[in-house]
This record gives sequence, C-alpha cells and structure tokens, in this order.
Amino acid sequence: MNVRVYVTPKKGILDPQGAAVERSLPNLGFQGVSGVRVGKIIDLSIDGAASVDAAREQVDDMCRKLLANPIIEDYTFEIEE
Amino acid sequence: MTTDAAPLRIGVVVFPGINTDGDTHHALETFPGVTAEYLWHKDTDLKGVDGIVIPGGFSYGDYLRCGAIARFSPIMESITAFAADGGLVMGICNGFQILIEAGLLPGGLIRNTGLKFVCRYVNLRVETADTPFTSRCTEGDVLRIVVKHNEGNYTVDPESFERMKANDQIVVRYVNAAGERVEGANPNGSLDDIAGVCNDTRNVFGMMPHPENSVEAALAGGADGRRFFGSMIDALRGAEVTA
Repeated sequence: MNVRVYVTPKKGILDPQGAAVERSLPNLGFQGVSGVRVGKIIDLSIDGAASVDAAREQVDDMCRKLLANPIIEDYTFEIEE
Repeated sequence: MTTDAAPLRIGVVVFPGINTDGDTHHALETFPGVTAEYLWHKDTDLKGVDGIVIPGGFSYGDYLRCGAIARFSPIMESITAFAADGGLVMGICNGFQILIEAGLLPGGLIRNTGLKFVCRYVNLRVETADTPFTSRCTEGDVLRIVVKHNEGNYTVDPESFERMKANDQIVVRYVNAAGERVEGANPNGSLDDIAGVCNDTRNVFGMMPHPENSVEAALAGGADGRRFFGSMIDALRGAEVTA
C-alpha cells in the first residue's frame, strides 16, 4: 500500500515560512491570497498490512511518534491500495 | 578537601552531527573537581555520571525536525529514566530541541521568524533563581551569551503556557542590555521572549543560547555562561552531601 502523509504547521501556531510566502505573493501580482501554510509531504509504502484499517492505524501511530510532532504540527494521510 | 572541589562526573552526550560536544566538555572541566565524560548515543550506559548535558549542533542533520531522530537513540531511554529519578539534565540548543522532542520539556521549537540562521550575542534575563541551573543567579540578572540557531522559536499551547507561568518554569528570557523586553532583543520570535524553560519538577532544563562559549573571563565571550554550569555543579554537590 502506498501512503502519502501531509504534515503542516499546527493551526494557531505561527508559520514563519508561510507568512513569508504570503507576503511575497502580492509582489508578483497575486492578490487576495491568505492562510498560506508551508508543510511537507512524506511518501512511503507498507508491505504486509492486513487491511487498509490496519495500515491506517499503523500510519497514525508513525505520525504521532515520529513523522509529525503533534505539539507543533497537524497531519493527515491518504492510503492507496 | 573542600566541598567545592568534591569530585563530580558530568556526562556530555554525543550524537552524530553534534558539534559543541568538545566546547561543552571543556566548559565543564574549567570547574575544579569536575570530570566530563562523553556518552555515545548508541550506548545505554550512563557510566554512573552525576549529571548530564546534551550539547548543541545538528544531530542527524536536523532531518525531519530538529532533534526528532536523536530522541530515539538508545541513550535517550536511559536519560529519560535518569530524569524521572530526579537526575539533572541540561540541554543546550539542539540539546534543548532533543529534550522537547523526547517530551522531557514542554512546548516546541519552530523556525525563526526571520527565516534566517541567527548567530549573535543576546542578553538573557534570569526569571527564576529557583532551579538547580540558575541558583548562582539572582532573579533579574542580565547575562550576555551567544545564540546560533535556525529553529529557536519557542512555542507552546495556551493551557500549558499558563501552567508553566504558574509553576515558574520560564527560566530565561531575551531582553536588552538594560534587562528590558524590547523589540529586537528576541532573535527568533519565540513566544513571550522565552529563551529557556524547565520541567515542572525543575530537574530538566533547556535553553537555546550557548553558555559553554562563555566560561572564561579572559576570552572575548566573557564568563556569564559559568552561572548555569556552576549552579548545576553546586546542586550536584549538594545532592551528594545529602545522599
């Protein structure tokens, strides 16, 4: 199964990179942009998971323990069979 | 032998990518009677040290998040147990980030608001002398030492922040030379100008600035960093007497 994990700065926590990108966009003529958050994508594959649900549980555990720091980051993920 | 020179062994943890282990080792050994012991990240044996310092640098290349990979090194399990038993643990810069990732200190450290690596002197105001790491200070003392980091922007959720303030866990803040919290004094945009915090039992302390670079009055860096190590050493000697 292929997994794509999205990690973004936690809502309510300042994102200095996102803020810098947001400030730059109007200079290039892009008006009306707000809420820019810069995060990361982590791709991985899992072999041997019994089901999508089992994989989901495993990925959630990975996210909480290593891939994201829940104190400063939010995460979501997609699983493709 | 006077109590001052009672022999003491302090561990300096070495992860791949750490680069101030040598400076920290040297800083500790400028204190009479103190021997610094390197502790390798793959070991679990703390070699019977009396206290532990996790130095700064770029453990594991800062991959994923600063401190995120180091936190799973074998030595960290032993350090977590050591801290749970009341052992004194101090983390400097990347060491602070590692302690945060390991959950031994509250909060998080994110990218500096200026998006640049900052390397400069800062003034730190001691907010509490009631920790084993600041007992040689008086509340309100202003110390001048360096910062050198890219992710030193301290943040924490509002509930934990209130709890930390109530427990007096904010140990040092960025200020100007007169000790005032003003625009420009804070090098990284950290919440409430926080530069260093301790845990609720006060035996684990982390700070972004580098006291190990300010331990010799004859050198340009001054000697303000001695207060932190000296306090820790006093506390360890006190603990030995009562043990």
